[in-house]
This record gives sequence, C-alpha cells and structure tokens, in this order.
Amino acid sequence: MREDRSPILELQGITKSFGGVEALRGVDFALHPGEIHGLVGENGAGKSTLMKIIAGVHSEFSGRFLIDGKETHFRSARDAHAAGIAMVHQELSVAPDLTVAENVFLGNQPTNRLGLVQWRRMAREAGEQLARFGIDVDPMSRLGDLPIGLQQLIEIARVLFSGARIVILDEPTSALSPPEVERLFATLRRLREEGTAIVFISHFIEDILLVSDMVTVFRNGRKVAETPSTATSKGALIEAMIGRGGEALEHSYSDDLMLPQPSDSSVILKVDQLSLARSLKDISFEARAGEVLGIYGFMGCGQQELSRILFGKLQPDSGTLAVGGTPKTFASTAAARRAGVALVPESRRAMLFHQEPVYKNISISILDRISSLLLKPAQERDIAQRQVEQLQIRPPVVGLDLGMLSGGNQQKVALAKWLTYPPKLLVLCEPTRGMDVGAKNDVINIVRDLRAKGLAIIVLSTEPETVLSLADRILVLKRGALVREFKNEPVSKDRLLEAA
Amino acid sequence: MASSETAVAAGQRARGLAPFLRSQMRNIAPFLTLIFLSGFFAFASPSFATLDNLGNILTQVSVTGIIAVGLTFVILCAEIDLSIASIANVTGIAVAYFTLQESYVNIPNIPLPGAAAILMAILLCAALGLVNALGLTVIGIPSFIMTLAMMQIAAGISAMLVRGQIAYKVPGLITTLGSGSIGGIPWIVIVAAIMLLGGHLVLTYTRFGRYVYMVGGNREAAEYSGLNVKLILGAVMVISAVCSGIGGMLGVAHFGSAQQNEFDTYLLDSIAAVVVGGTSLFGGRGGIGNTIVGLFVLGVLNNGLDHVNIDSFLKILIRGLILLAALVINVYAQRLREKAVD
Repeated sequence: MREDRSPILELQGITKSFGGVEALRGVDFALHPGEIHGLVGENGAGKSTLMKIIAGVHSEFSGRFLIDGKETHFRSARDAHAAGIAMVHQELSVAPDLTVAENVFLGNQPTNRLGLVQWRRMAREAGEQLARFGIDVDPMSRLGDLPIGLQQLIEIARVLFSGARIVILDEPTSALSPPEVERLFATLRRLREEGTAIVFISHFIEDILLVSDMVTVFRNGRKVAETPSTATSKGALIEAMIGRGGEALEHSYSDDLMLPQPSDSSVILKVDQLSLARSLKDISFEARAGEVLGIYGFMGCGQQELSRILFGKLQPDSGTLAVGGTPKTFASTAAARRAGVALVPESRRAMLFHQEPVYKNISISILDRISSLLLKPAQERDIAQRQVEQLQIRPPVVGLDLGMLSGGNQQKVALAKWLTYPPKLLVLCEPTRGMDVGAKNDVINIVRDLRAKGLAIIVLSTEPETVLSLADRILVLKRGALVREFKNEPVSKDRLLEAA
Repeated sequence: MASSETAVAAGQRARGLAPFLRSQMRNIAPFLTLIFLSGFFAFASPSFATLDNLGNILTQVSVTGIIAVGLTFVILCAEIDLSIASIANVTGIAVAYFTLQESYVNIPNIPLPGAAAILMAILLCAALGLVNALGLTVIGIPSFIMTLAMMQIAAGISAMLVRGQIAYKVPGLITTLGSGSIGGIPWIVIVAAIMLLGGHLVLTYTRFGRYVYMVGGNREAAEYSGLNVKLILGAVMVISAVCSGIGGMLGVAHFGSAQQNEFDTYLLDSIAAVVVGGTSLFGGRGGIGNTIVGLFVLGVLNNGLDHVNIDSFLKILIRGLILLAALVINVYAQRLREKAVD
C-alpha cells in the first residue's frame, strides 16, 4: 500500500538535546498515508521526544522536517494541529466534570448563528461518532463517572475523529481491557483504510506486531531498526531494543543472571487476592524475611497502586494483607507504619519536607519512639547524624535544609527515615530512578545490608535493570495481574521484557 | 558535628547577607511594620507613647490574642477556621446562660454553680470544634466551608440562648479574669500572655507541635511518613474552638454583657493578627512569636488611629489596606524563601 504513495511526513537527521544530553541523534523517520507505524524502545530511548517534535511540543531541534514534501517548522502544538497532526498523550487529558459530548467536541462545539451551543446536535453527533468506535454511552453523562478505560477510549476517539491526517498514540492501551484494545485496533484499521497515517507507541510488543504495518526500534536516541512487522518477531524486536553485544552500557543485564534458591525464612507479608477497580486483579504473593522481592512491569501496570495499598494509602476493593498477624487491610498510613511497614514512594517530593532540616526529615517517622510528649532535639540530631554517616549523605550536615541536597542524597534521606528502627517490610518504588551510577551503587548496597539484617524488601520498578540488580525473586505484573514468577532460574532483561 | 554546622552556617553567610535576609523576610517585615507604626503614632500624638497607653493596647489585644493562639495552630496546618468569633460568642453566652441572672433579665436560663457553668461552656465550644474536626477529616469538607457553616450554627445557638436579650452575670472566676486586675495588671492580659506562652511551648517543644509544622509543610509527605494526619488536623480544629471559647468567656466579662453579634469584629482581627505576623497561609512556617508581633501591629494600629485626628470611617479602610499589604508580603515571603532554599 505504501510504495505507491509519497510520505505524508518525512524527518531527516533529527537531533535534539536537553541541557547537553542528546535525546535524539540524527534520526530519519518517514510516515505514509494509510500506514500504522509502531514505535518501540526502552524508557528514554527517544520515542516520545521524536513524537513531541512531530506534534510541535518541542520546537527547538536540528534536522529537516517535511510535510507533503514541503519543509515546515512548527512553533507550537497549535501549528501542528492546524497541519492535521493530533496526539493522544500517555496521561489522560480529559475534562472529567464535563459531559461525554462536550469532551468529544472540546474546543469546537457546534453553535448556531447567535454563538449558542447546539446541545441536541452535539449530543447526537457525539453519540454517532462514539458508536462508530463501538462505544455505547449516553453522550450527556458526566465523563468522570465512567471507568478510566472508557474515558481513555473517548479521548482517543476525540482525537481520531478530529479529522487529523496524522494521529500519534502514546501508550494508548495501558489502561484498556482486552476487548477495549480490540475495539481500538478495529477503529485504527478502519482509519487506515480511509488514508490516515497513525503512529503507535507501546511497550506491549504483541500489540505492535498485531496492528502495525511497520515497526521502528529506538535505542539511546538512535533509530536502530525499521522493518515491516510481518518480517520480525517479539524476540528480534527485544534484542534490537536492548542491543545485545551492541554499545557498551554500564551493565546491560542482557546476559542471564542466576536467581538464588528461594528463601524458606519466615513469611513477613502475605497478600491474598487483592483487587482494585481496573488497576489490580487478584494479586496474591508472599514476601519473606531476608529476601528482596522485585516486582517488574510497565508504566501503568498497577505497581503504584499496589505499593499504596501495602502502605494503607489506598484501600483495595477486595482481598487482604497480613503482616505477621491476621489478614486485614490498613485503614491509614499510620496503621501500616505501626504494623511495621515502610514505603519510599517514587517521588521524593511526596515524602520529604524540602524546607525543613535534614534531621527533622529523618526523625519524623520515629518521633513517637524517642519522645512521648516533649521533643528531644539532641537525640534526634544524634540519630540523624549516625544515619547520615552510615548512608554517606553529602554534605554530612543534619541542620541543613533538605532542599539544598542533591537528588541522590535526598533519596538517601528518604531511605534513612525508616532505618533507625527498621520496619519488618520495606517497600521501595523506583529506588534508583534518575540517579548517577555512584548513588545507584550506594542504594544497592544499602538495600543488600538491610536484607542481611532480615528485613523483607519489595522493590517495584518499571526499569528492568533496577529489579535485576536488587531482587532475589521477581514477579512480573502485567495490566494489573501477576503473570510470571522468576525464582531459582536464570533471568535476563529480555526474558523480563518477554514476560511483561 | 557542631563545628561542621558552624562551618556551613558560615558558608551560608559567606554567600551573602541578602539571601539570608530574603529567607527571613516573613519574620523581618512584620517587625519593621510594628516599629514604623509605633514611631509614626509616637510622633503624631503625644498621648500615644505613654505607659498608660501601652497598658491600654495590651488590654485591647488580649481577647484577640487568646483566640489567635488556636487559630495559629490551624493556619500552620494550612487550614482556616472562620467560626472562631461565633464560637467565642456562643461560649460567652453559654457561660452567662448557666449563671443566675438579675430578675430583670428575661431569659429562660438554667442557673448552675460557677464551676459547672464554666465546664458546660468549655464542653460546648469543644463539641463545636469537634464537629468542625469531623466535618474536615471524616467527611472531607474543606475547612473554609465547614467552618463557614459552623459560624452560622454557632450564631444560631447564640440567638436561641439569649433570644434577643442581654445577660450580664457570669461566674465570679470569669468576672475576675475578664475584668479584674492584680497589682495594676489586668488579669485578661495575664491570661492572654500565659496562653500565648503555652501555645508557643506546645508548638516548639512537643511532638504534637512538630507534627503540626510537618503536616502544614507537606501534608502528603506527612502521610507518607506514617503520621495520623487526620488526627492532627482534627486536634487543631478543637484547640482553635476551645481557645475561641476561652476568649469569648473572658470577653463577655470584659465587656460586661453577653449578647448576639458581640464578637463579629474578632474574626477578621484574629486572622489578621496571625497573617500580619508572618505565619504562612500555605502552612508550615511561622508560629506564636509571629502572632504576637501581628497582635501588636494590629493593636498599635487600632489604638494609634484613635490618638490621631482621623475620620473614623477612614479607619476601617486603612485597616483593610494594611491587611492587604500584609497578605502581599506573606505570599512574597513564601516565594522568596522557596527561592532561597533552591
């Protein structure tokens, strides 16, 4: 189909850097009308950056940008939109308090000559459009009342039916159920017949292979492969993504790593049939003393929700947790802390007090252990000082405001909060994200020390390296369900990716 | 440890005095305002800068001061309590309601012994504070709206109790504390000073005080640290209501009568005292020290305007403008501090 037409969009030698770091290096990319083009690559490989350039979000870059063979330069997303390019971003961007119809027509509601909105016409047309997509909802219902997956479908529908010639979908399927994914694919195929060009980014390689005509693989800001999807396989794509034997990375984990014999020490946490709306389905597992349990999965697979339930920040719809004692769920974070659970969330901002000194940040979680009524600042400082020295936090000054520390050192403070009176169960979300190699190694060593002290540790991450470098046993979470357990067997990055 | 800290402190100073001053803006600005206003009125009126008048100012800010103690806790948690004046009013009325009145007062009240009357009044304001607390934490009504409703509820209870009448008698202890004096110092000033000191000690030296600052500084982080955030928020709402109640009882004794709408101006005055003093509306910064400075700024302003020849209607406008200026400084101080930290 594509050979007989010239590309609708052509990029040549695109290079883009952020503060001296090259996110894209000399990338060529072509998109033809009536083509679904799949993009794969690891986090940070450059897929999203390229798409944001196409959608006019990033206007500063070098290289040639041609639409219909004519050189173009978008200054803003609005320019791109005017040229017929529409993008569905990874994060849901809908107006939950407006009706379904208003969301479908956001920004261009049909109006009569007086400029008044024609509600009846809007509702009818929205209903028709959604019906074409196989979505059967009352167009006048409030969008926020619908399930998240349906909201996402409606957002996608809005973009698909906006008349755009080029549609970019960034991870559209992560919140969708299998039948919804099917519906989405059917619509994409129909739009392809009508001549729309579609770019489809996904971590789910099966989805890419199923729906796209061409697949392009990115690695470290470069395009490393481009192939018709019928001429490749999941294994080949994963290999291209992580580059076996390719460029030397710090430690690629592409070779098999032998997981140890599972520990038979006492069970600290028993999770039984945990479910939460669309995020988690029937999750059951155990965590043992002196063991690091890794939970790996793509963005949006339910990891975040799982960690929040373990720490009492979210209540599950059904299922129980047992930490030592009887099965229950935690009604509050305070209850979880009392039971011996600690959580370090992925966002440091969420658990640290930037305008307070380091020692207050460290002591906050243990104040009730060292003082009943009156504070004991000298003891607080002593405890903090010990932690600062042990974890090699720089600068080693407990009176300094936390905001003056570097990100890696802040992350160590976030860990230090829980270490004076170690919990039974420590849950770490993305413990090494955004760290330099030195800080990463420090954190890895801290976690190993804690394991040796007999803590049960759960590490949740979307980065395979993080899980592989820390875990004794690995669970793979996919769309809210546990799909695979790795224990006492060889594991590698591509095996993990394959499972997820 | 001490030496390395001094080194860093020196290092911070070495980066220049300007960043340090900028980060301390919220404490410095109210002080400068106070000095400026005092200087201005002392220059403009010979009767202002006298010992007698200082006593007047102290007495005038006492009721506001007592109410502002509790409100400081609330604002430090980045919440607000709009029901303070109404709760002060209803508590003052309640303590009179439970006291035997003269025969010409035509209120169908329930006379009790003095101690019981005081206890009933305290229980009432604590209960109203608890309703605020439950609305905020359990149901999840924003404090602004919850206490707005409570403002009306408390005013309603006041109206039901006195039915448009005025009561005069309150228990002897309250009369003494509200309008008596010892060694020339009014008891009400002493009570206000003790409560302000108590509030300061709680905020600075107790675990609960630290939690108040941490919840105000970053509520999400407090929750992720395993603090019982709802309990702390609930507690500050009750503390605020009880402080208001005490202020209301002493205020009634101080004014010599208990009636409806007696405390209406105290809502704005108390909020103004806390905010003008430099306690951050975003929570986590400030304290009783700031509130004391704020009280003096307000007291000097109100009192000083009486000493100079000025249109009494203009006074209201001037107070409003000063409050606006303080709010601008409050918001800027927060931004400057954030910049200093980054």
